Amino acid sequence: MLKIQNLSVSYKGHQVLHDVSFDVKHGEVLALIGPNGAGKSTIIRAASGVVPSTGQIRTNGDDFHALDPMQRARYMAVVPQAISLPPAFTVWETVLMGRTPYLGFLGNASSLDEELARQSLSKVNALAFSDRRVGELSGGEAQRVLLARALCQSTPILLLDEPTAHLDLQYQVSLLELIRELAHAENLAVLIALHDLNLAARYADRVALLVGGHLTSIGSPREVLTAEAISHAYCLPVHVVEHPFMDSPLVLPQ
Amino acid sequence: MKPKPYLSSFFLLLIAFILSLAIGSVFISPAELWKILRGLGDETFTFIIWQIRLPRTVLIALTGAALSGSGAAYQGLFRNPLADPFLIGVASGAGLGAVIAMSIQWPYSFWGLMAIPMSAFIAALLTIFVVYFLARVGRTVPTTNLILAGVAVSSFATSLTSFLMLRSTSEVRRALGWLLGGASQAGWTAILAILPYIVIGLGILLINGHRLNLLQFGDDQAQQLGLNVTRTKTILLIAASLATAAAVAFSGIIGFIGLVVPHVIRLWFGGDYRRLIPLSIIGGASALLVSDVVARIVLAPQEIPVGIITSLVGAPFFLWVLRTAKNQGYW
Repeated sequence: MLKIQNLSVSYKGHQVLHDVSFDVKHGEVLALIGPNGAGKSTIIRAASGVVPSTGQIRTNGDDFHALDPMQRARYMAVVPQAISLPPAFTVWETVLMGRTPYLGFLGNASSLDEELARQSLSKVNALAFSDRRVGELSGGEAQRVLLARALCQSTPILLLDEPTAHLDLQYQVSLLELIRELAHAENLAVLIALHDLNLAARYADRVALLVGGHLTSIGSPREVLTAEAISHAYCLPVHVVEHPFMDSPLVLPQ
Repeated sequence: MKPKPYLSSFFLLLIAFILSLAIGSVFISPAELWKILRGLGDETFTFIIWQIRLPRTVLIALTGAALSGSGAAYQGLFRNPLADPFLIGVASGAGLGAVIAMSIQWPYSFWGLMAIPMSAFIAALLTIFVVYFLARVGRTVPTTNLILAGVAVSSFATSLTSFLMLRSTSEVRRALGWLLGGASQAGWTAILAILPYIVIGLGILLINGHRLNLLQFGDDQAQQLGLNVTRTKTILLIAASLATAAAVAFSGIIGFIGLVVPHVIRLWFGGDYRRLIPLSIIGGASALLVSDVVARIVLAPQEIPVGIITSLVGAPFFLWVLRTAKNQGYW
């Protein structure tokens, strides 16, 4: 379980995240939602250690603040947005980089590392293009490769920073479908920053709404995505209706 | 060319090495070289090879290897195709350091010689940190900032160097030819003085290819994959500056080798630093040896500094890279 307690982040003397606390259980997808600048990505970046923070980020008692990057990378893997990837590397080489926290000083991959890279590629259906260069891939393909790289890290916790932001609709749906399946099948604790409220409603087990760096509500999509809360958070009147085909709420701007 | 990069580049290096031993004020044929190697050669030729040509060839090869290997590392560290020890000012800074050491203690003794690369190294490190802090915006180092900061710091260091030379004794003034990139001061002592720096500097770069690869995804992703980014970058900057300083200490300021060679390697063999660093080291040695041979014969019997040759070829190449770097897929 990923436990975040009283997490605060300041940037240039200005506090951008205020005492945020929540848990992510194994086998669960928790979506962070909220307007731009509400602190969704900041939580992902603070949890993964690339921005300094105060408070506690822990699993099994270890506070991540005390761990070095290599130890931390054995607990949590991060899927960033697949933009401007270096063209020098093939899909295979990129996914194998997920094994970094387990490699020795000279960085040589073992046959076990290669086997795990193969399995990760097959989980995201990317084995077919493992010889292509990451710079040449479409947005959807590149995003799957970065997911495979994170899976290859073999961590119990997976963080994703708006992985669907630059994808066409069909790739948004298939990627989130895949992430949810993996979370349930492999018992991963998945924390995902999402822009699209309706995708969050459909694919997350729970959602957490952030407004101005504060966590205002957390719970099932139906509990959090109320017309009142969303209208207030986005300063825009909205209707929330039942999805006509799915068992989830649907947010419609007025 | 593509299938066996190491074989072909070692072959090129061997040819460049033989050319550098054979060509000069007197031509010594490969057959004669073979005789000298077995101790059966003509006495004069034997002296020329062992005391003049071989030390010079080894020094030039080490210099080319160091400049090109550190150039490739700077490019990876700054994620910038135009980082080169000369263009980012490290070479000029190291040159200033070397001249300061010379003006304090002109190298008569072995320890006097050791002081020159040490002083060059300290000055190179100072330069790289000044240029880095001048050029960076947030956590990135834009190309134009890097080059502008490099040019400004480099001009400053060069002016100080010239000033020191003009107000010093005639002995230091002799260093002017050296500073333009001539290796006429070569001798076995100079090689011994820089060898430890080059071996350590390039050795560190060679075992960090996979870490340079991670850095190509940006600092955040590298750290999330488990890399201690700050420590890695600091160690690699020091290692590259060590190699650059050692090269500059006895061969002067030789521009563009660290830009051209890694670029050509990248075009041919791709941008994987586990391969790019060793191939740049071998390729840099070969390229500078060939440039040095050209410098010896183009105005024979007079020699011109090898830095003139590398700049004549390198500057237009630099402009070409500057124009095309943005849309080049291999970077």
